[in-house]
Amino acid sequence: MSETNKVIEMKGITKKFGNFKANDNIHLDLKKGEIHALLGENGAGKSTLMNILSGLLEPTEGEIWVNGEKVSISSPDVANQLGIGMVHQHFMLVDKFTVTENIILGKEKHKFGFMDQATSQKDVKELSDQYGLRVDPKARISDISVGMQQRAEILKTLYRGADILIFDEPTGVLTPQEIEELMEIMNALVKEGKSIILITHKLDEIKKVADRCTVIRRGKSIDTVDVATTSQQELADMMVGRSVSFKVDKKPADPKEPVLEIKNLTVKEARGYDAVKAIDLDVKAGEILGIAGVDGNGQSELIQAITGLTKVDSGSIKLDGKDITNKKPRKITETGLGHIPEDRQRYGLVLQMKLEENMSLQTYYQKPFSNHGFLNHKEIKEHAKQLIEEFDVRTSSEENTASSLSGGNQQKAIIAREIYRNPALLIAAQPTRGLDVGAIEYIHKRLIEQRDHGKGVLLMSYELDEVMNVSDRIAVMYDGNIIAIVNADETNEKELGLLMAGVPLEKAHEQVTETEGKERETVANEK
Amino acid sequence: MDIIRLMQLIVSSSLTFAAPLILTAIGGTFSERGGVVNIGLEGIMVMGAFMSAIFNIQFVGTFGTMTPWVGMLAGGVIGLLFSIIHAVATVNLRADHIVSGTVINLAAPALAVFLTRALFGAAQTGPLPRAFGRTNIFLLHRIPVIGPIFFRNTSGPAFFGILVAIISWFILFKTRFGLRLRSVGENPHAAETLGIKVYTMKYAGVLISGFLGGMGGAIQSQAIHNEFGILTVAGQGFIAMAAMIFGKWNPLGAMGAAIFFGFAQSLARVGNSIPVIQDIPGVWLQILPYLLTILVLVGVIGRAEAPAAIGKTYIKSK
Amino acid sequence: MLTKNNEKLYNFLVPILSIVLGFIFGAILMLFFGYNPILAYQAMFNGVLANPFFFGEAMRQATVLTFTGLGFAIAFKAGFFNIGVAGQVLVGWVTSIWVALAFPDLPRILLLTLSLTAALLVGAVWAGIAGVLRAYFGTNEVIVTIMLNYIALYLTNYLIRNVISTGGNTTERVGPNASLRVDWLTQLTQGSRLNAGLFIAIIVVALYWVFMTQTTAGFEVRAVGLNRFASTYAGMSAPRNIILSMFLSGALAGLGGAIHGLGTFGNIFTQSGLPGVGFNGIAVALLGLGNPVGIFFSAILFGVLDVGSGFLPNRAGVPDEMAEIVIAAIIFFVGANYLIRFLFEKVKTKKTATEGGE
Repeated sequence: MSETNKVIEMKGITKKFGNFKANDNIHLDLKKGEIHALLGENGAGKSTLMNILSGLLEPTEGEIWVNGEKVSISSPDVANQLGIGMVHQHFMLVDKFTVTENIILGKEKHKFGFMDQATSQKDVKELSDQYGLRVDPKARISDISVGMQQRAEILKTLYRGADILIFDEPTGVLTPQEIEELMEIMNALVKEGKSIILITHKLDEIKKVADRCTVIRRGKSIDTVDVATTSQQELADMMVGRSVSFKVDKKPADPKEPVLEIKNLTVKEARGYDAVKAIDLDVKAGEILGIAGVDGNGQSELIQAITGLTKVDSGSIKLDGKDITNKKPRKITETGLGHIPEDRQRYGLVLQMKLEENMSLQTYYQKPFSNHGFLNHKEIKEHAKQLIEEFDVRTSSEENTASSLSGGNQQKAIIAREIYRNPALLIAAQPTRGLDVGAIEYIHKRLIEQRDHGKGVLLMSYELDEVMNVSDRIAVMYDGNIIAIVNADETNEKELGLLMAGVPLEKAHEQVTETEGKERETVANEK
Repeated sequence: MDIIRLMQLIVSSSLTFAAPLILTAIGGTFSERGGVVNIGLEGIMVMGAFMSAIFNIQFVGTFGTMTPWVGMLAGGVIGLLFSIIHAVATVNLRADHIVSGTVINLAAPALAVFLTRALFGAAQTGPLPRAFGRTNIFLLHRIPVIGPIFFRNTSGPAFFGILVAIISWFILFKTRFGLRLRSVGENPHAAETLGIKVYTMKYAGVLISGFLGGMGGAIQSQAIHNEFGILTVAGQGFIAMAAMIFGKWNPLGAMGAAIFFGFAQSLARVGNSIPVIQDIPGVWLQILPYLLTILVLVGVIGRAEAPAAIGKTYIKSK
Repeated sequence: MLTKNNEKLYNFLVPILSIVLGFIFGAILMLFFGYNPILAYQAMFNGVLANPFFFGEAMRQATVLTFTGLGFAIAFKAGFFNIGVAGQVLVGWVTSIWVALAFPDLPRILLLTLSLTAALLVGAVWAGIAGVLRAYFGTNEVIVTIMLNYIALYLTNYLIRNVISTGGNTTERVGPNASLRVDWLTQLTQGSRLNAGLFIAIIVVALYWVFMTQTTAGFEVRAVGLNRFASTYAGMSAPRNIILSMFLSGALAGLGGAIHGLGTFGNIFTQSGLPGVGFNGIAVALLGLGNPVGIFFSAILFGVLDVGSGFLPNRAGVPDEMAEIVIAAIIFFVGANYLIRFLFEKVKTKKTATEGGE
């Protein structure tokens, strides 16, 4: 009986890329009507496993059983036919298409090849009503909110008749409130008889919605546990293979005079509307100021304005007491700015160039790296060797291209380059994205070290945990405004969540105290 | 010359020069909507022009007055075959789209002249026995005023091109195939997850461009030059690419832009019978279409309308 | 490291195999049309290599191809596809003749310097137009440079007919003061048109190498070409480097045109199409993989093919376009080098599999 109860069984799945085993003998089973979490660090092999299940990759070894039958999922089509649908982390949507077009793509209703738009829109409307997934069928993807884009992504799988839904890191781009909403949607889907695999590395989400949890580490499945009887700490230990401290060790900050002074700053976005709206912000020497907020609320534009990559529309920026408003990036760098950019492979490194050349990417024109326009290769090499040694960048040679380094080591290389110049202000944008726990700890340590040396640090991250643990003060951005600045040790996740959703500080404060009171009541009642 | 005759002259010669551009620009639209840049259209036009000229000479006895039209189809077929090279190189062999297109542009004239020599013993074919000539458009030419200007004694291939533009618009924006092709040019990864055969779609886009570009070249040799030689195409494929950009990757827009460029090119030929223009030195009229192309491209700032995944190699995840 | 060695190996293997495959492709095509490929290739290579005159001519062609190849390569390094090399050659050519004819009485060294410099500048400006439009308006450089090619063609013909000469289709020949011919070279190659341009080409090959690898400006051009975004982050100016590289690209092509004018022909005549050395320069650069010495050797290969193609009709009965087809096929395989890498990896894994088998 219990055998037929299982909608999916993956047995001994191994996937090799060359000599590298991304999945090594993994076992996973999914029961009908459950939410099954798949927990693991970045790079543990979760996505590979799910790509195998959704027909994008073929396993090197192992068997997959769906509804009690052995199957071979050779293409996304086959996965669709088996009722498996994936809600991708980076939405698989065509920005220029409407919601309806995106949902029907590949399974269009047509007469002699001509699409039947009206019926399609009606179908989408009906489907969205049935599951309570609000979307506007006629809207272009590029014009709708991230939350609605995700709902369209879910509808895509339902439209194909999926009974088994895979959610790949679905909450990364959502506000805490939107996450709440998504959790409700998942519960509703399970009630309708769907089964869900939730891929995540966020423990609190697992505790909230999942029934069981399978943990994988370095390509191997470690264990499958009942979520209700397992603590967060136990899950975390299984995930990383050793005890992790959640808190970052640091002394209290000793802030001094401001190194960055932003007054009344307005920045226009490429399409012409205000992305940053008349904000004021200071970063003091000897403190880490965190910027929290959901992706797309003006954080990127703010940083681009400070670094000189975007034109400032009005207002002023002072770095180390000198005006840098609308100065060229090089001038600003020379004034005393270090910058760890958001997308390291696109903005931080020239991947095809040698590591040693990347280490002098901003300083190649200065002495001793060049003289009268001619490069001094010896100095460049020495400099690179020194940084590699000091910052523990793992590579066999400084002559390797930057692309040959792992993600963590690429980031270490950038941090080495930026910190070594000893800038008055260090901007770190999403510095730990996609890195493993070891690298994250290392990077946090370096940021705090920089603070303790009396420098200013501006940390922008979409990971609330990171902002809360590393920062001394937190500025929350919403819709181009800084909606509040709070001290890190006087706030909590709920309050920040409300602020990130645009609720003003006093109200957020009230609501948090209220719900906390209620929760205490319900807990008491349950007992 | 009375005003109607003058208008008639300008319209018909503009359309004559526009016809090859219309088809080729629409071809480029299909290719780029599927994400493949095809600057090889210049070379593909050369092959189409060559093939149709050969066909025209060989089969005029068989097809009579229909010869240029069937020759156009023959040009399309050779264009399609030639575009397979580009498809294989860019889709399967991950070649840079521009490099592959350049190879086609280097190879096509050499191959066409090589074959012309192998067949005729000379670098040119000599005059074609049956060119497109001028036609009246069925019934429409009887409409007063408009009829004589637009539909009498005009270019048949141009009206064929306009028809192709309209059909292409429906195909791209109203059919299942069009939706899938565009999805591949915008976000091939998303398309693949929905079970769409990305490579097949890209092939379809490139091969359609080859077919249309080949027909465009065939019109160039059979309606404008009336022979095939190394100078028959001379940059028309590139002007068609510009028309495609100017037309914002929309078949109807591309058609409009192509007619505009056709007008600019016709001035060098018929300018001496048009008042005011006849006083401009010839060299300026020769340069005009190319200069206009640059100005138009500078005017159409940004490529916001271009397919998002254009020119990128897509590697299947398997 | 393994990957690094592989990369070096491919840099060597890809051009060599591409050349081999290109010749094989040409042979198959000839067989298909009933020609004898061995006879044809023999005719080409024997014709050129066994005769000092024709070898001199091939080197003379290689000289110009070196310039156009380097010109294309420098823009390519900066991420810019300069199909306009042919037009830049043409404007350089006409400028050099025009200047040489305008000041016939200047001393030789002065007149040559003046003519070459003028051609270099005009070529640079011609290409610079496309660079500026790309940098400030985002205009597609491929189409702009092609359009500039045709404008150059018609303008040049107009100048020849109406300004430099009086109504004819050719200009007068430049005086000996403006000629790049050197007696001993001419005698050595039994009267070929090989000229001092060859030495200028070799110097430029060296300068190109120094610029790209030893100077901060070359560092910037490479960085911007590989990753515009990271370079901008690092404080380099992408527009400035795009314009600079385009300017240098046009300068090299313009210089190539001047050497065509003052070395090869000594005059200029109306053209029915764009000079082939422009387009073949693209082929030379792609085959040489942007390495200046590699470019020099591919220029010699294509020079030999170009001059050797003249022997095809008489000695093998093959149309001389065959050489162009072989060149195109070689570049096809360079462009589709994934094929070569893929096959090579296949062979290697098979080998290791059999070697490593139990």
